This record gives sequence, C-alpha cells and structure tokens, in this order.
Amino acid sequence: MSSNDDPKTNGADSDAHLPSPSATTHTIPHILLFFILGMAASMILGWLIFPQLLYSQKNQPIDFNHRLHMELVDQGCQSCHFFREDGTFSGSPKLAQCISCHDQRLGLSENEKIFFEEYVAKDREVPWLVYARQPDCVFFSHAAHVEGARMDCVTCHGNTGTSESLRPYEENRLTGYSRDIWGRKISGLKVNSWDRMKMSDCAKCHAQYADIHDSSEQTRRDACFVCHK
Amino acid sequence: MKLSRRCFLSFVIGGAAGTALSPLPWKLTDDIAIWSQNWPWTPVPPDGAYSYTPSTCTLCPGHCAIQVRKVDNRAVKIEGRGEKGPAGGICPLGLSGLQLLYGPTRIQAPLQRVGDRGAGHWRTLTWAQAIDAVVTKLAEIRAKGTPQALAAIAPTDQGTVAQLLQRLLTAYGSPNFLRMPSADDSAEAALRLTTGTDAYTVADLDKTDFILSFGCALMDGYGAPVQTIRAVTRMRERKGTLVQIEPRLSNTAAKADTWLAAQPGSEADLALAMAHVIIGQGRFDARFAMDRIDGFDGFARMVRDKYAPRNVAQTTGIDAETITRTALAFADARRPVALHGRGKGEMPGSLKEALAVQILNALVGNIDQPGGMQIHPAANGYIQWPAVASDAVASAGMGAGRLDEAGGSRFPHVRHLMHRFIERIDQDPDAVQALLVAEANPCHNLPDSDKVKAALGKIPFVVSFSSFMDETAMQSDLILPSHLYLERYEDVPVTRGGAKPTIRLCRPVVAPLYKTQHPGDTILRIAKALPAPVAAAFPWRDYETCLRDTLAHRWSAMDSKGFWIEKPVAAAPVAAAAAVETTNHNGPEEGVPAAADAPAAPAAATAQARRLALLNDDLSAVLMADNATLSDEAGHPLTLVPFDSIRTASGYAGDPPFMVKIVEDTVLKEQDGCVEINPTTAAQAGLREGQGALLSTPVGQARVRIHLSEGIMPGLLALPRGMGHTAYDAYLSGKGVNINQLIGSVQDPASGLDAVWGIRAKLTKA
Ligand code: SF4
Repeated sequence: MSSNDDPKTNGADSDAHLPSPSATTHTIPHILLFFILGMAASMILGWLIFPQLLYSQKNQPIDFNHRLHMELVDQGCQSCHFFREDGTFSGSPKLAQCISCHDQRLGLSENEKIFFEEYVAKDREVPWLVYARQPDCVFFSHAAHVEGARMDCVTCHGNTGTSESLRPYEENRLTGYSRDIWGRKISGLKVNSWDRMKMSDCAKCHAQYADIHDSSEQTRRDACFVCHK
Repeated sequence: MKLSRRCFLSFVIGGAAGTALSPLPWKLTDDIAIWSQNWPWTPVPPDGAYSYTPSTCTLCPGHCAIQVRKVDNRAVKIEGRGEKGPAGGICPLGLSGLQLLYGPTRIQAPLQRVGDRGAGHWRTLTWAQAIDAVVTKLAEIRAKGTPQALAAIAPTDQGTVAQLLQRLLTAYGSPNFLRMPSADDSAEAALRLTTGTDAYTVADLDKTDFILSFGCALMDGYGAPVQTIRAVTRMRERKGTLVQIEPRLSNTAAKADTWLAAQPGSEADLALAMAHVIIGQGRFDARFAMDRIDGFDGFARMVRDKYAPRNVAQTTGIDAETITRTALAFADARRPVALHGRGKGEMPGSLKEALAVQILNALVGNIDQPGGMQIHPAANGYIQWPAVASDAVASAGMGAGRLDEAGGSRFPHVRHLMHRFIERIDQDPDAVQALLVAEANPCHNLPDSDKVKAALGKIPFVVSFSSFMDETAMQSDLILPSHLYLERYEDVPVTRGGAKPTIRLCRPVVAPLYKTQHPGDTILRIAKALPAPVAAAFPWRDYETCLRDTLAHRWSAMDSKGFWIEKPVAAAPVAAAAAVETTNHNGPEEGVPAAADAPAAPAAATAQARRLALLNDDLSAVLMADNATLSDEAGHPLTLVPFDSIRTASGYAGDPPFMVKIVEDTVLKEQDGCVEINPTTAAQAGLREGQGALLSTPVGQARVRIHLSEGIMPGLLALPRGMGHTAYDAYLSGKGVNINQLIGSVQDPASGLDAVWGIRAKLTKA
C-alpha cells in the first residue's frame, strides 16, 4: 500500500486548499469591476480606436465643389460623368473634359489655382481618389443600372452632387479599398441605400428586383454571376 | 487593491465579451479575407478609357478582320469583327495575339550575334549600326559582281512589304526571292496550265451545298480558318454534304457525311477516277464544257483509258462502287465544289492532284459561279510601281537564273521551289552569300528542318526580320526586329476566304513597345543606303508614304472601313515560262507592266468568261506523270504523316501560352509528343497506350509516346505540325516533337514542287 492511501494524509491536504475567509469577501465586486473594465476597454478599442487605426486618410488633390458645378451645367451629373458612345461609362472626368471649360483659369480660388497650374498647364491628369471604386473582381455596368434599370445616381452615390467640398478619402490599410465600400459606420449598419456597397448590398437589391428587371440577363442569373464573371 | 489572478481572468473575459460586442473581430475577419485575396504583388490592371481599334490579323493567311479592345493605350482583348458590324469569329491563335505582343519572346532592339551560331549570345545595336552592317555586306557582295548571291525568304509574295523585299532583290540584281511553300504553289501552277493566267482561286463556301475535300483540314485551319469553319457548319445546317478524303479521323472527317480513308498519296488518282465516272455517265455540265473548256475530248479519252474506278481501287484503297457513288453525288449536287490542299495547305502537294481537283470543279461547271470556285487575277494587281531601272550588274545577276530553277526550262510551271533552294545551298555553299529572312521560320517549318538549319549554317551572312526569338532568328547573324502586326500599317490581300477579291488594312493598335521597326522601313532604309541604281528604285520617304501611294484612291476607304474590294479585271496571261518570275513585279527586262508586254490576251479572258484547258501537251505531261511516292526504306514498315490542328500554330508565329494549354493530352502529354497509331498496328509492335517509343525515319528520330486511336488507318502514324520548338520561351520550347525533323522533301515528278505528305517510319520500344 502506498502512503497516498492514508486517510489522514488526505484530510490534511484538503484543508490546505480551503479559501481564506477574507479573500472570499473581496472577490465578487472585484471580479465584476475587472470584468466591466475589460469590457469597456475592448469596446473603446473596437468602436473608437480600431477604425482610427484601420483607415488612413488622404486628401483629394483638389477640393472640388460639386454644388457649384451642378449649378453651371445643363445635364446634371451626366454633364461630366457621361456614357461614351459605345455605352461604357466615363467615370471620373479626364483632364480633356475639364479643359473644355477650364481652358483658362476661371476665378481666383486657391483650388482653381492648383488645378490650373499643376494640371492644366502641365497637361497632367488629376489623380482623383475614387470613393466608390469597387474591387477589380467586381463586374459592374453603369449602363445596366442607370439606363437599363433607370436608377438615379443618388441611390448609390448619395448626395455627392450637392456637396460643396470633398471629404478626405479613407483607405483600408489592410485591403486597400475605399472606406465607402464597407460604409462609414464601422458597425456596417446602414440607414440610407448609399451608406454601404458590399457584396451583400448588391445581392439584396438584385434579389428584391429580380422579377422586375428580368429583361437583364445578368439580373436573372443568380448568386455569384451577378457580379463576378 | 491587489490584482489577484481571478481579477485578471475576469478582466480578460470582460475584454473578450466586449470585443465580441464591438465590430473589431467581424470587420477584421472580413478584411483579412480580402487582404488574402489581394496580395500586394498580385498585378491589378489599371482602369482607363475603353476603346476599340479595328484592324486585320496577319498571324495566318486567313487575314481575319479583328477589333482590339483597349483600356487607355493598353490592348486587352482581340475580338473577331464582321465586315458589316462587330460580330465576327476568331481562332485561338488570333485570340491570343496579345500574348505575342506583350510576351517575353519579343526581340526588343536590333541584335548582333557574338558567339557561335545558335548559341544565343547577342549584343544590342542601334538601328543605324544594324542597317549599316547589312548595307556594308550587301555592297561588298554586289561589288564582287555577284548580286545573285543575295537571297530572301518571305512568308508570302503578296502585299507591299513582300513586294518591297522582292523589289530590293530585283534592283540589287538577284532573282532569288522565295516565298514559303504552301498549297497556293500547286494551285497557282494548275491555273497557269489550265487558264494561262496568273491567278488564284477561292471557294465560295458560304453558298456551296457539297464539299468534296481532298484532305483539307476544314475544321482545323484550312483556308481562312474562321470563315471556313463557319461556312462548313452552316452548310451542314442547310443539309449540304461534306465528303472528307483523309487517312485519319480528323475533326473534319468526324464532321463529314462521308469519310473516305484513301491511301495517302493516291488522291490524284481518286479525283481522276471521279472525273472518269462524271464524264462516262454524262453527268458533267455540257454547257460549261462547250462554252469554257478546251481539250475536253482528249481529256475524256485519257481518263476513260487510264482512270476507271476499278483501276484505281487498288492504289486508293477505295472500292469502285464507292468512287462511283461519291462522284455522282458530287456531280448531281446543285453547287458542288472540290477542294485541294492537305491539312491547312502548308505544303504544295503534287501538281497532278491540284490539277485533278480543279478539273473536277470544271466538269461540274461550278467555276466563277455562286458556291463554286472563283478564279481571281493575281492579288498584287493593285501594286503598280514604276519599273526598276537596272544597271549592268543587276541585269547580269537577274540573268543568272534562279538557284531553285523555278520558272526556268526545267520547272516552267512553278515560281518558288524552296526545297531545291535549300538543296542548292547544301551542294554549293558559295551560291548564297547573304540571306534575308522576313518574318518566316524556315528552320522549324520546312521539311527536314535539320538540313535547313545546316544549309543556313553555310551562308556567311543571315539576317532575320523576326519579332520573336524563333529557330531561324537563333541561327542568324543579325536580327532586325519588326513591329508586330498590332503595331503597324500593312495592306493584306485576302486570298483564302470570301468570294470577292479583297484587300484589308492592318492598322497600328498600340504604339510600338520596343525599339523595333516596320519591315517596310527596314527594307527602304537598306535600299536607300545602297549604291545609286538600287536606291533609285525606292522613291518613297518611308513605308507609310509608299503604302498610301500604292493604295492611291483606295486608301481613304480602307482607312475608314478597313477593307477594299477590287473590281474584277482580266487576269494577266502568262507570257512565257521565262518571264514568269518578273510578271507583275516589273522586273528589269520589262519597261512596261507585264500585262501589256505579254501576247494579247484572248478577248474572252475576263474574270467571268475565262477559258479552261483540260488537256494540251503540258497538261498531258502532268496528268500522265507518276504520283510523288515515298521511297521504300528497308526496316521502316510504317508510314508517318503530319496532321494539322487549329490548336497548334504552324506558321511564322509559334503557339502562345494560351494555345499550348489547349493542346489535347492525346497530342502532348507533359513534355512528350504523342504519336497516333491504330491499335492493331501497335499490337503488332507490342506497344501500349501511353508507352514511350522511339520513332525513326530515314531523316531523323525522336522519342514519342504512343496514343492508340481507332481513327487512323493501320500502318500509319500521325504527328501534329507546329510542336517541338527549340527556340522561343519556356512556354513553348521543348514541348512535343517537330515533325519536320522527321520528314524530308519529296519532289513532285510533274512540277518539281515539294509533294511530301509523309515518310516511311518505324517504332521501337524505348
Ligand atoms: S484565322 Fe488566322 S487570321 Fe484569323 S484570327 Fe486566326 S490566326 Fe488570325
């Protein structure tokens, strides 16, 4: 028989492990406090600090005033963001389009000065940072949405057309995507249709309108092939 | 307050709960997933403005209309284009043209060899240095009074680029301009014999209802490949009939209504036996025979005596009843057409066969009719340049006659005999002192390619105009790289597809990527730096000026629409055998264009009412000549034949990586070429599927793998053309076997053309 089987010895061992009465009285509020502290710290980290760390901010090369331009052009957004003859979408205007009005310096603003001296005079394209740029793996046709489904620009781009100044472009340091894809709210929740343009947002709209726009081959095809070729 | 272990754990648990309630883990998971798909080194093509540039593909003689999609200045996709709109077809080679443009095989600046030939050691030159090197050498040869020792090889003789090269040789004093062999050689010779004109034929496949194909790879790259495939498919939808005569179940044979596996090499006999049936049973077009045919009775007698179906049943392996049935079905069709040109038509084949097939078309009267054979005058008619004023050196050189004797008294019906040219260099190493190779790859694409390489090795100065480091460029002393077709203007006559004589315009889609030069400009720069009589023959400032001058009133229409249809004119009669080479090219003997120099054309010799001779002395000699047969070699019981596939490029450009990927694994298994063999033949040799074997012929040997196929005639072996490159890049070289290393030339007794269709071979277990 080994010494471990001695009942006396066992009894002495278990006594040694009993918590002391003073420790028991201090532990419950302490534990709760530390739980709340840990929770608060991680919530602050997750909701406030994390977004600051995740996104870098860049300013646009020129602060463009959409509202001002909208007042001067005849055809709304399509005056500058137009469809080419073959149906493709021109996207951000090229210098050549800007020059059709800005062939000389118009006005005295600082932005006009930068635009004229740095780009027009040097015949350089303005390196606009495109908030709504979808990743390369996404097939997106403006013509199908704007001309086919008769959607307006605001549905996806919000009130950009009436903005007076360009907000900083925020780039996800990990993915390199614009912040507008996930949406400005770090929670990913959206209020307006243009708040977020992730895959699920495309899918939701396509699922909703599948029956209405069944003239489109793409819409009728379901799942992945709607956006990925 | 003391931080106990429990407090710490509680902090961590609280932290974990808080983290789960914050967006951090969910957002981070999503971002990490995206991050892992977008490694920074994954290339992402920049976006930009989209546009389309219409142009013409010149990667094969099909010369399809294409449009190239661009994003800003980057070409991103090549699509086929219809003449009337964007819809058009394209083949895998045309589709992967961008891999040739942007691929690593491009030569980026003029190169001069520094090590041994073929060793691949080069130094870069400036264009001025490179042109100077050529000019110095050419001036030296001419100063010795032997201008005929300069030779040139081009893929074609059509269009201004080829004609500038030929003009350079003419002004310099050399008749030795050669184009790469093709079925056009025998078809042209057949037309010269039957019509007495320099012309070409093209079948109106869009309207035909019966195709009798003598081994043509209609579904694998024959003629204008894309149009041919579409026309044949549509014809079959219209319930037309396709008869394929071929010893192997090719894609075309598989699509055919009737597949006749005739013994290879006996096709001429088969065609003449069909002529026998058509005449014997009175099913020929009597009106056409009366109006347009000379020598009908003599021909009828000849086939009656010599080509009864039962007489040829033995040699062709097709029984008399089948021959009769096929001949009658052909004759009774509304718009039948017989086609000649084995495979893609990359070898001339025998003149007798080309003639026999043409005669079949004449017998059913379907010549210059919708759905039939259209005869058009030689495609270079629009190139009207002033005659070359030659000096004494040039006249003497031109008078020395061609090295291959084409067009001379020995081989009067043909214009180019490449295999004889190679043979001459082999026998007389001094015969050629300098060779210019303009965008052709003879060291890979000609039969007995090792012999071709050895012959080039004997020429002291070889210049390649290639854009790619191909086998011929590897063997040259100097490479003057050309712009690729997507970087240049060029006129391309379309002689393979479309019933009307058309010229298309090849247009620069992107600015040249490297320090290459338009081959037309390279020729002009060389010519202008040579002594006066040569330089004077080239009055144009640069190639584009030359092209615009030449196309004259056609230019603006071509520039906007991309093509021009020539009005039908009378073909120029062939004056005499000796004048053949200079006809249409303003040779030194001619003060005025050839057509005016020649004896008056028969009044009726218009495109519509050209007369055809079926028998005269020349024709009878050809029709009575023996077939080009393979010499029997002891110990070589089998016969190896090449086949063509649309998945293997066998012209100047090699397979781009896309195409290598689509070669079937019954053709290329890993790096090994597969030889197709009938299971019975394989069983006799004790060979199994996939087994390695040594394939030997009297010309060479290669390691192959066995691929059993019920679709090939017993006793035959088949290998594809276009594989087994040793040059280019890692994507293409070392894959499969180059069949040209295993077969040699076989001279056609009737014409001197290279009529090779196979070679005796044996297989042993490896
Ligand atoms: S068939 Fe010939 S010309 Fe046409 S796309 Fe293919 S390679 Fe080019």
